[in-house]
Amino acid sequence: MSQNSTRPVGPLVIDIENITKDYVMGKETVHALRGVSLQIHKNEYIAVMGPSGSGKSTLMNMLGCLDTPTSGRYEFSGKNVAEMNDDELAAIRNREIGFVFQTFNLLPRSTSLRNVELPLIYAGIDPDAREEMAIHVLHEVGLGDRMNHKPNELSGGQRQRVAVARALVNKPSIILADEPTGNLDSKTGEEIMTLFEDLYQRGNTIILVTHERDIAAHARRTVHLRDGLIETDHAGFIPELDLVALDRP
Amino acid sequence: MQLKEIMAMALSSLGANKLRAALTMIGITIGVFSIILVMTAIGALQNSIESGISFLGSNIFQFAKYPVNIDAGGGNVKKKYQNRRNITYQQAVRYDELMQGNASEICLKCFGREIKGQAVYNGVKTPPSLTVVGTNRSFLTANAFTLGYGRNLNDEDVALARNVAVIGKGIEKRLFPHESPLGKVLRMTGHTYTVVGVLAEKGTSFGESQDDFFLMPITRFFENYGEANRTVNIATQPFSTELYTRTLDKGISAMRVARGLKADQDNDFEIYTNDSLKSAFLNVAGVVSIGAFVISFIALVAAGIGIMNIMLVSVTERTKEIGVRKSIGARSRDILRQFLAEAVFISEAGGILGIILGVVGGDLLALWLKVDVIFPYGWAIAGLIVCSAIGIGFGFYPAYRAAALDPIEALRYE
Repeated sequence: MSQNSTRPVGPLVIDIENITKDYVMGKETVHALRGVSLQIHKNEYIAVMGPSGSGKSTLMNMLGCLDTPTSGRYEFSGKNVAEMNDDELAAIRNREIGFVFQTFNLLPRSTSLRNVELPLIYAGIDPDAREEMAIHVLHEVGLGDRMNHKPNELSGGQRQRVAVARALVNKPSIILADEPTGNLDSKTGEEIMTLFEDLYQRGNTIILVTHERDIAAHARRTVHLRDGLIETDHAGFIPELDLVALDRP
Repeated sequence: MQLKEIMAMALSSLGANKLRAALTMIGITIGVFSIILVMTAIGALQNSIESGISFLGSNIFQFAKYPVNIDAGGGNVKKKYQNRRNITYQQAVRYDELMQGNASEICLKCFGREIKGQAVYNGVKTPPSLTVVGTNRSFLTANAFTLGYGRNLNDEDVALARNVAVIGKGIEKRLFPHESPLGKVLRMTGHTYTVVGVLAEKGTSFGESQDDFFLMPITRFFENYGEANRTVNIATQPFSTELYTRTLDKGISAMRVARGLKADQDNDFEIYTNDSLKSAFLNVAGVVSIGAFVISFIALVAAGIGIMNIMLVSVTERTKEIGVRKSIGARSRDILRQFLAEAVFISEAGGILGIILGVVGGDLLALWLKVDVIFPYGWAIAGLIVCSAIGIGFGFYPAYRAAALDPIEALRYE
């Protein structure tokens, strides 16, 4: 996989330096991250892998601005995120990050259109513009004919497309996908990965958190975490290296 | 986020649990209903009293043995009045003589409350609930009645204790549907009376029919039903409004003379004026209002706790939703507002329903009492403000809990 080297490197979006995260669980302190440094540029497609307990989720929460590090530096597009308060973090999540979850996390009583509009409501965009943007994005993910369906009237793949549309609607700097195919059968999973590939080709930055090799293989760069540290970080998906890393107990 | 968006979100969330929201709302409705009902009814009565309905005819004052709201006083007070001397017919006549030339009308009247008045004519009977009154020609003026047709009682009827009667419209309708009652002889409780006049229709006042009066000369009343243990009420109308106070003073003096009171003795009779009757009514209304207030307050607190409870359940149920909203950029205050809006909406909707039902109920009561309907703006607005306060007060803690949720924990919640 050599596309990565042929593409120009965009501006730095995420710049993490030596961040740590400690959780106090009762009397014990859990060191979830022990000093992680990571740079992600615009229009990268990166897979974050690692067994459970490796700090993968913690890193994802950190990258998604759902949490702040115990120590270390985190700059998002040049803004210091590590010292932001809750409202500022909410604003970053709203404008800079598009989440795609394993369980879709759509609002069950709202139509696809309303679900996709939701981030725009919190961004304070007026209703007409909002609807127009949401319709546009739904067309982009191929759900132009499912806009007035509620989640329970859609298939799993369609639900995930709605979630992707919701992640895209605010034109975020990064799309953060946490096991996006975990609840889908492999065929539908492939469809979603094709959608991600398409988004990547159109210039989006994608961070994929997964433990599935097949899924991670779509990314152009793979980061392995183990015990709160980055074990490997290299371009492409190198089966020998990555499979070994995964298989190690 | 705009208010409109917040309300839309709150509505759609509540829509998912319509029954639950409605049940919670009913608590508020009941609390608001009870206070608004009472306040509307009292307001309507007060309004009609202040805008001219008089308990007595215009400028009339009245002397009686018992105060107007004797039942409000309790046993001892009641006994005190019961032990008073009756106002006898003799005293009343003496008063009448003393007041000659000082008043335009002096009405002596004695109500036969214990007489189950049932008039019979030609085999047709009235219900045994006629108001039998022994009186004189001044009854009509003193009690704001008008004569429909025929003639009023006159002084001669009283002097000669004639067997004549002036009957209410209700009695006429019942017994004489196809003929004039004038000059007809009807029987009542074993005595016969010739009808000489019929009162104009008056309808009901305070829930009591005013059209089943059976008036006869007071002297005939005493002859037929006995004079012992009866007390006479005396109503007096001055010549003019300007003379009201002077006439009242004279009346009190005359009454004291008629009752044989010494200078150091207190009045042993009650003085009714429209003002004293109004204030007696307002006293009763005040007590009723306080009662309604207490009941409403308790009901509203209970309803508020209901709202808090249901909102806490709702926050727990929707933990995941809160996590999703936060992950896509909802700030804590957006979540707070959303949940607060739901609580306020339940409360306001319940309040508005309570106000509508209360006003309708209160005004139906007002219609039944034959007074003009009102819309109690003050109380309605106060009701809305109180409901907002309840919604915010009891909704704040659950909303705060929702807003304070950690997005990571909330997203993980299943």
